[in-house]
Amino acid sequence: MGKPSDLVQGTLDLLILKTLSTEARHGWAIAKRIQQLSGEVLQVQQGSLYPALHRLEQQGWIKAKWMESETGRQAKFYSLTTAGRSQLEKETASWERLSGAINLIVQEG
Amino acid sequence: MRWLDKLRMRTEMLFQRGRAAGRLDDELRFHLDQQIAENLAAGMSEDEARHAALREFGNPAALRDQARETWSWNVVESALRDVRIGARTLLRAPGFAVIAVGVMALCIGAATSLFTVTRSVLLRPLPFRDPERLVMIYEHFRDPASNAQGFNYNSVAPADYYDWRARTRGFEDMAAWRYWQFNLTGEHGELPELVGARGGSWNLFPLLGVRAALGRTFTESEDRTDGNAVMLTWSIFERRFGGDPSMVGRQIHLDGKPYTVVGVLPKWFTYPDAKVQLWVPYESGLPPEIVSHHDYHFTRVVARLRSGVSLTSALSQVEAVQYQEHLQNLHAPVAEDVASKTLIQDLAQDVKKPLVILLCAVACMLLIGCLNVANLMVARSAARQKEIAIRSALGARRITLIREQLIESLLVSTAGGAAGVLLSLAATKWLATTWTDLPSARNIYGDGTVLAFACALTFAAALLAGLLPAISSTGKGAIASLQASSRSAAGSQSRTALRKLLLTVEIATTVVLLIAAGLLLKSFVRLRMTDVGCATENVLTMSYSLPAKAYDSPEKVNAFNETLLKQVRVMPGVRAVALGSMMPGVGAGEDNVFSIHEHPPIAPGTPSPDALYRTADPEYFSALQIPLLKGRFFTSNDRAGRPKTVIISRLLAQQYFPGEDPLGKHLHVVPYGNADYEIVGVVADTLYQVGQPAMPTMYFPVLNGRGDVRGFTLAVRTASDPLAFSIPIQKQIAALDPELPVSDVLTMQQILERSLGNASLSASLVLAFALLSLMLASVGLYGVLSYLTTQRTGEIGVRMALGAERGQVLRLVLGDGLRPALYGLVLGLATSAGAVRLIESMLYGTKPLDPAIFAAVAATLLVVAAMACMVPAWRASRIDPMQALRTE
Repeated sequence: MGKPSDLVQGTLDLLILKTLSTEARHGWAIAKRIQQLSGEVLQVQQGSLYPALHRLEQQGWIKAKWMESETGRQAKFYSLTTAGRSQLEKETASWERLSGAINLIVQEG
Repeated sequence: MRWLDKLRMRTEMLFQRGRAAGRLDDELRFHLDQQIAENLAAGMSEDEARHAALREFGNPAALRDQARETWSWNVVESALRDVRIGARTLLRAPGFAVIAVGVMALCIGAATSLFTVTRSVLLRPLPFRDPERLVMIYEHFRDPASNAQGFNYNSVAPADYYDWRARTRGFEDMAAWRYWQFNLTGEHGELPELVGARGGSWNLFPLLGVRAALGRTFTESEDRTDGNAVMLTWSIFERRFGGDPSMVGRQIHLDGKPYTVVGVLPKWFTYPDAKVQLWVPYESGLPPEIVSHHDYHFTRVVARLRSGVSLTSALSQVEAVQYQEHLQNLHAPVAEDVASKTLIQDLAQDVKKPLVILLCAVACMLLIGCLNVANLMVARSAARQKEIAIRSALGARRITLIREQLIESLLVSTAGGAAGVLLSLAATKWLATTWTDLPSARNIYGDGTVLAFACALTFAAALLAGLLPAISSTGKGAIASLQASSRSAAGSQSRTALRKLLLTVEIATTVVLLIAAGLLLKSFVRLRMTDVGCATENVLTMSYSLPAKAYDSPEKVNAFNETLLKQVRVMPGVRAVALGSMMPGVGAGEDNVFSIHEHPPIAPGTPSPDALYRTADPEYFSALQIPLLKGRFFTSNDRAGRPKTVIISRLLAQQYFPGEDPLGKHLHVVPYGNADYEIVGVVADTLYQVGQPAMPTMYFPVLNGRGDVRGFTLAVRTASDPLAFSIPIQKQIAALDPELPVSDVLTMQQILERSLGNASLSASLVLAFALLSLMLASVGLYGVLSYLTTQRTGEIGVRMALGAERGQVLRLVLGDGLRPALYGLVLGLATSAGAVRLIESMLYGTKPLDPAIFAAVAATLLVVAAMACMVPAWRASRIDPMQALRTE
């Protein structure tokens, strides 16, 4: 349970965008944050996280900047772009529609 | 703004890839370090913390690759990497690279050149309005004998053309043109010049959709027998008149008569060939009675099909009209039918067949070239078996390995293709100037389509040469070679079989090419050796045409000719001089029908006897060494105003006077005075054209004073190099008449060479392709066998250690190589037996299944194959068994 492959296709993008909506974070912090917020249920593997981050960056949803981290080392911080923010809204809306629909079926059964 | 971000990202990824890669490493290391720090904080030891972090992190290299795959330009990057690897592998074996690229360049270059010619001559539409609806219409005789002599596309008689045009509705319009030539003289003492001209009906240019570049084209009222309008082609306009636009409206003198320039044709207009300098109206200068004749065949008819009408139905109307003409003129040679060709076909008539054959030959050579490169690649992939096995064991996908090999063959063929295209530029130029049969109305040049063709060829070659070896070398068996020892690696049966199959196909194709080349060569040699039936050594010929204005009576014409003959005969070094309308070997020229006064009239509807028309002076036959068989030659008494005489050729006597003596009989010839001519002599046959059968010929006295024949050819037999006499003789002519241009100053040898030129070109090109293919095939054979022998060194060593004789080993290896050669030879001979039908019509005096050629090709191939196999076989038999076994 909780392996990224189990995540609904495209959900990782939503999680990452959501995590970045409050503040800029580096990769490790994003993974930690998702783990924390999901109550340790979702563990994002590096093998999925970094390709996803790079893909989002290539698409222009997020942008990266090298800054000093809390430990004083240089780290790559990702933050949402304006386009990323509207993408987040779109993806949230479609996620809510999807999960609501699934809930309806599951609870009916 | 997102597209801006994306654009920035893309440029960054394109130009700062190295930096981005470094950054990615930093990013991943930071993640790892954070994890280690967390593990330490959780109380692990330093080592434990590192190992746990690494375990969780997975394979950093794979992770890096996965992240990189999301980057843009990744496809480009991996393609570049493949190209780099391919180039490096190729450069590691420069010998292979050079040979493969050279082979590809030759094959692609030759194919591209021939395609350029094909496209320019046969495929590219003519530069006229709606060219696909333009056709040429000819008269067509049903009689098979006429067809055999090429009269199935016969020039049209003027009255027939006028009837067709007036009485049929299937064509929008029909136009006519005819051959003509003029003596162009200058007003201010410029050199006289004999210019090629055409008489075109007034509607010809509108029908083709051609407008004058300056001035206008002809009007209907100018198209009369006394019309004196002229149009200049761009070439003479530039060359002789300095491109002066005020030429339009001025007069020029043709054959001494004034003509008014009404217009100049555009530069691109070179129809029907580039040598045409002037156009006059169709009827202009024709004797008025000829225009209404149904049996003077000298007109070409161009017709434009009406839209919505099929060619068959349009032609059937013309055919109906023509058949009526035929029935109304049963005693004259008026054809029963008509036949048509598209305008493109009509222009390309003589080159289509050789072009198709050369294309086939070059396709064969290309196939052999590709197979050879494929063979070389198989050899190399076999040598790289271990490498491929290791890479697939480490997880390289099969498609990646195939792609790499394909890229290698793509590199070879791209380099070859690029060199080939450069090569073809030169080759096309050479072909266009050497191949005189190519219609000069079509410009030979490459264009986008040709380039696309070369590219397509390059990719096809890459695929053919690369795919086969790539698939075979990366199959299931690839890993097996890791488990096996080096000895069994050689025995990868399927790959050896593949190579032998490639060789067999290669050799079979070579055999087909060799046989085609052999047949063409033999027929060329036959052509060369033909005896035209007259003296050809040390004979100089030159032509002139006496203009009607200055030479307006037979006496004046005869006086000029006789004076000239007298003067040339006494020149030192001149052995004999002949004067006539035409010399043997220069073409069919004029032919006429005749009847025999003493014979009963022929049944209506059967074709009238027909013979070539020649004139000859009293010394014509002795000077040209044409033997007299019966009767006498002409004397200076055979001239205008005396009893009319004729000399006939042996063939005419044989065909029309079987079993009787022709001497004293009379030929009745309609066109020139409608008179009887007494046969006074029979001479041996001469060929009017090398490669064509002899035709019945009648010779009339050159002094007959016939008013409309003004062209004469002088032939001078000399004691030494005939060309040295050309200037002195031309000076004699100029002394007699400074306004008279002399044309076609050629030795008899040159005339014969000229008619052989095109046959020699196609024969030598096919031969070159065939020899090249033979070389490629033998290199292929040698390569395969050497490779196999090296692979079997161990096995041979064991055999020898167990007591095999050197001779046995020699036979073993030789048999291995000669078997595919034999299979290929048999396959090739069988294919040739069918393929030679294609070239049958191009052969002269040679049967398509000529046993000597088939035997010679088989022998040549076997000898070459044996030589190619001998070296590796001999090397195998020299193997020192101890050495071989130790290197195992």
